[in-house]
Amino acid sequence: MQPAVETQSLTRVFRPKRKKEGSIVTALDSVDLRINKGELFGVLGPNGAGKTTLLKILSTLLLPTSGKAYVAGFDVEKDLLDVRKRINMVSGGEISGYGLLTVRENLWMFSQFYGIKSKEANARIEELLGRFGLTEKAKEKVRTLSTGQRQKMNVIRGFVTNPEIVFLDEPTLGLDVNAARAVRDFIVDWIRSDRSRTVLLTTHYMMEADELCDRIAIIDDGKILACDTPSNLKRMVKMNTTLTLSVAGLNEIAGFDTIQGLNSYSQTKDVESSTTKLRFVLEDESCVSDIVSKVVAEGSKIMSLQKTEPTLEDVFIKLVGRGLE
Amino acid sequence: MAVMNDLKVFKDSAWLGWQMEANWTDPFLFLTYSIVKPIAGTLILVLMYMVVTGGETGNAFFSYMYVGNAMYMFVAEVLFGVTWVIHDDREHYMTLKQVYIAPMNFYMYIMGRSAIKIAITSFGVLVTLIFGVMALGVDIDLAAVDWPLLAASLVLGLACICILGLALGGVSFLTAKHSIGINEGLAGVFYVLSGVVFPITILPTWAQSVSRILPVTYWMEAIRRAIEPGAMRELADTSGFDVTGMGGISDLTMMLYLLVSVGAFFVMSIGVFRVADYIARKKGKVDWTTAY
Repeated sequence: MQPAVETQSLTRVFRPKRKKEGSIVTALDSVDLRINKGELFGVLGPNGAGKTTLLKILSTLLLPTSGKAYVAGFDVEKDLLDVRKRINMVSGGEISGYGLLTVRENLWMFSQFYGIKSKEANARIEELLGRFGLTEKAKEKVRTLSTGQRQKMNVIRGFVTNPEIVFLDEPTLGLDVNAARAVRDFIVDWIRSDRSRTVLLTTHYMMEADELCDRIAIIDDGKILACDTPSNLKRMVKMNTTLTLSVAGLNEIAGFDTIQGLNSYSQTKDVESSTTKLRFVLEDESCVSDIVSKVVAEGSKIMSLQKTEPTLEDVFIKLVGRGLE
Repeated sequence: MAVMNDLKVFKDSAWLGWQMEANWTDPFLFLTYSIVKPIAGTLILVLMYMVVTGGETGNAFFSYMYVGNAMYMFVAEVLFGVTWVIHDDREHYMTLKQVYIAPMNFYMYIMGRSAIKIAITSFGVLVTLIFGVMALGVDIDLAAVDWPLLAASLVLGLACICILGLALGGVSFLTAKHSIGINEGLAGVFYVLSGVVFPITILPTWAQSVSRILPVTYWMEAIRRAIEPGAMRELADTSGFDVTGMGGISDLTMMLYLLVSVGAFFVMSIGVFRVADYIARKKGKVDWTTAY
């Protein structure tokens, strides 16, 4: 099957005009990616890793220095119109928009540039305004919107044209918790409702990548360091799962040594809440039921239970040697 | 189908242009502004002329200067308007990258946005000419106007200026706010060398040679011949020589020259625009913001 997006040794180098203005920056370094149709694909990396440069090349805004990039099978350097017919792009923190137009007019305007029939465009605009809680703002001029509202309007702009492939560059950047949640939920619903759609999402929020993406490429200094499903990426980290229990009525911790699959354990008493915090490092997760049974058999009451697994940050630290932030 | 799509893009972007130009205030204030602005701009030159000539306005040379100055509004406003589309979308509204990646004919978008500038400027030119005739004695007799020549020269001249503006629009991809200076500079060259407020025969010989290459020179002459034939005759009679330097050129030759200019500028402008567009993509300047 033809991939939605494919890059072959894609490289982009930025050279300063004059030497004193800085050094040569390799924003993308021989990037090879293959994103399948129907995938919600994430590119995770810190600021300056090359995520936006990748999206700019794929959306025909920027030429690569070398290598090739194809969107829906079309060359982004040569087949501009064919690529543009199939894509749209939203950048997080984007406050762009024609301030003198109303929200509805702005969205309608862009839908017309994509050749969408006015009636169809208006129906989609209404639906999306409702979805993002902007219906009441539809007749207000864009200049009167808050930054978050403008961002939401731009997310709608990206989807109102019903693209085959949508490029989302940090789409929740700067949004409040609820708005970010609304955007994430929408992205998932949008791609799940039609498997011919593809989303390429860049983010430096690990939770977002973990929650949304079918596959993730971890990028740093323009290089793809790893590319796999979130769970497979986490498996790269040889880290034991930790089980933390908060229990009430536990007098003495004993007898856990006999449980198979348990690596080690420790306890901390919390005098104020009269609870004990038990931390078990597991070699084999199947021993969780034995631990819980043992605690209950001791006459204790489990107040909370938390299982901690490796995160994408652990993966990133393993690959890069430092955290994302 | 492609033509219909292009026309739709033109129509929609013209609507957008109209909103940009007119949607900032109420209609009455906008109308007042549209009338006062061109007249006020013209009066600066008129007052200077009156100071120099001792207040005399009812002669052929005043009409020559007044009409040239009024028509020059097209050159300045259209050149400025076309390049401003790129600058404004990129730096002010920050919408250029979204417009740029839309699957439409970008030239039609720019032309549509600029069309409204031409319409508003046309209104300003008309207001200025009416004011000149009614208040300052500018010699325009509607019965004597050569309407076919006026229509042909307006179409060809404006097409020429728009196409030239397109090339400047391409250049403005590569420049920051300097693009405004570039088109003002070019418009200034036309102002001095194209016989806008004084005949080109006043210029040094080398400058006259340049004037005779510029299509705006022929456009100004054709417009004057069309709308103020009386004043042009009087000017020739009183000076006793070919004061405009264009007397030996027929109307048809001028129209042909303008037509050739439109074709030549079209090829050149598309070329310049494409090269500038390529360089902008290569250097990452399409969504550049520098001025705000």
